[in-house]
Amino acid sequence: MTTEAKTPDKTPLLERIPYQAILLGTCAAIAAALLLGVDNATREPIAQRKMEDLQQSLAQVVPDDLHDNNMVAKPLLLKGADGKDVTIYQGTKAGKVTALVWETIGFGYAGEIRTIIALDPQGKILGTRVLSHKETPGLGDKIEAAKADWITQFTGLSLGNPPADQWKVKKDGGQFDQFSGATITPRAVVKSLHAALQFFEAHKAEMLEVKP
Amino acid sequence: MSTDYKRLTRDGLWDNNVVFAQGLALCPTLAVTSTATNGLGMGLATTAVLVVSNLLVSSVRHIVSPAVRIPVYIVLIATLVTLVDMALNAWVHELYKVLGLFIALIVVNCAILGRAESFASKNSPVPSMVDGLMMGLGFTLALVILGGVREVLGSGTLFASASLLLGKAFSFMELTIIPGYKGFLLMILPPGGFMALGLLLAGKRVWDGRKA
Repeated sequence: MTTEAKTPDKTPLLERIPYQAILLGTCAAIAAALLLGVDNATREPIAQRKMEDLQQSLAQVVPDDLHDNNMVAKPLLLKGADGKDVTIYQGTKAGKVTALVWETIGFGYAGEIRTIIALDPQGKILGTRVLSHKETPGLGDKIEAAKADWITQFTGLSLGNPPADQWKVKKDGGQFDQFSGATITPRAVVKSLHAALQFFEAHKAEMLEVKP
Repeated sequence: MSTDYKRLTRDGLWDNNVVFAQGLALCPTLAVTSTATNGLGMGLATTAVLVVSNLLVSSVRHIVSPAVRIPVYIVLIATLVTLVDMALNAWVHELYKVLGLFIALIVVNCAILGRAESFASKNSPVPSMVDGLMMGLGFTLALVILGGVREVLGSGTLFASASLLLGKAFSFMELTIIPGYKGFLLMILPPGGFMALGLLLAGKRVWDGRKA
């Protein structure tokens, strides 16, 4: 008679399964709400900061007196050789294109080397800087402008100067120095710059047209 | 009832040091300690997160079921770190550029979950915060020592580019210990981290053994 009677549930609240499910759900919901709120609040400032960073790197390769527009305002999108979009920033002065800047990526010893390259309308290099890389500290990192002036030797060069068979590191029969103990890194940078110059040659017309 | 804060301090800084005694958080430890400055940055960022996560975990300890506590803590910590990451990126961008790398790594720092589990979930908020602070400072200490050893042996400097992290006023910390040093690359690379850590661990054991 007593065996089947309703016995009050003696399990403590914390050990009941529904409580635990609700607890986890509430936690996740609060976390999601917080993340959503802060993401909303920070999205604009973060985009703004990224823009400023970009402007700073552009300023490293394009002198201020060469353009009178905001170079990041209206970027041009072109299809790269690998099918991906390449974002091109135009510097204009008095309505004419004076500088073209975009990012070119090489594959070094330890992953991507992102380099920013600036060309004048004739295709001569105004300047290049390595933006980020994961090369070996002390060996491959001489591609950074802060560590060595290797990267500045490209200023003034173009697709035909030096000729194509010289657009290589010395070890491959070209004219650019490699570093002792690191050949792959400079080879990757030289190759990506050469590819960027070829890209300019192929898309000259579109790139030199001022984006309205 | 009274908490032995002296004990907490001793435990965090030395006896039960996250790296040197518990052997936790070795992944971020070895990854970032190529310089003393990096160690300091990682250590301080971790300390801040540890104090707040201990406080949060301790305040909810009575409503969290033991069975689901780990997922709850992980959601808490991951949310906290992500919020800090977004907020710093948006509003303290200069600091973020230096610390940003470390903040993402904190999520995977098992020392934080370890303290939540072994201390904060069993103690009231104030002692938990003290524990977080001391464990964090102990972690910072370990990282700075390890980074310092590797930096001096690897590149002959100490606290290089500390002014980027702490501001111009701290540029006096940037020392050149061995002038004209050519560098010992191995110490900066990951194997050097393992070697330096091994030697430091052995050193601590010898030190503690002598006193006992």
